[in-house]
Amino acid sequence: MAAADKFRPFIGRASTPVKNEVEKGAIRKFAEAIGDPNPLYRDEQYAAGTRYGHIVAPPTFSRTFDYGVIPDFELPVAGLIHGSQEFNYKKPICAGDVVYCANKLLDVFEKSGSLGTMVFLVFEQTVADEAGEPFLVQKSTVIYRPQA
Amino acid sequence: MERMERYQPGQALGPLVKPPVTKTQLVMYSGASGDFNPIHTVDEFAEQAGLGGVIAHGMLTMAFVGQMLSEIVGVEGDLLTFGIRFTGMVRPGDVVTCEGTVKEVEDVEGRQVVRADVWGMTQKQERVVAGHAEFAVPLG
Repeated sequence: MAAADKFRPFIGRASTPVKNEVEKGAIRKFAEAIGDPNPLYRDEQYAAGTRYGHIVAPPTFSRTFDYGVIPDFELPVAGLIHGSQEFNYKKPICAGDVVYCANKLLDVFEKSGSLGTMVFLVFEQTVADEAGEPFLVQKSTVIYRPQA
Repeated sequence: MERMERYQPGQALGPLVKPPVTKTQLVMYSGASGDFNPIHTVDEFAEQAGLGGVIAHGMLTMAFVGQMLSEIVGVEGDLLTFGIRFTGMVRPGDVVTCEGTVKEVEDVEGRQVVRADVWGMTQKQERVVAGHAEFAVPLG
């Protein structure tokens, strides 16, 4: 059996969207961790004077949200590598926003190379408002090496 | 932060030179991101995993490039798309420099839309992340 086969039945399946509250303290801690001094991420008074009106989340902050679990889908614990990450931004995420986050398995494919068999799992993650209008859509490719 | 000049194809973006990555920073990023994989924080674990010590989260390095892009778009511009492939490992002590090159520009409804290649490189000249970004800035 090909290593990718056990993942293929889950293509197209998604988690139930999870409600996440965007907290200004979480944004500030994230900005501190990445060493980004931008006042938009920490200074409420400054941010209020901009077109955003509120503290804004940095471009990759959305990765910190809870996206729920795809029913019955189990990701291996070991042998995983983050291969690539894409963001498609629709509207800014600000402190105080309530967002609904879901994860879907978009595609599975297999490649053989010098490192042995590699299974590529492509996930599409959506961050939307209560009406279902997206803030952003992100795509993550996770590489699984069964022999690792 | 506001840049009102027009971007031209071939133009360089950055550099943003980040301070050396520290183990404390990896612990901070684990807490801030919720990614507690011990390969980023526990040397013994990372050594047993064959990594020769802790490595930085790929998403931390991507965030460095994100900082460069946020500084470029400023308060009035918008980042539209941002994609990265993770092509190398970053370790404590490494200095990551973020850069880019403008590929295409287009005027759209009073704004300039810029498509660029972007990357992060260590002091050993190794590209550890490489990808693309698209952003819109007001026309001056």
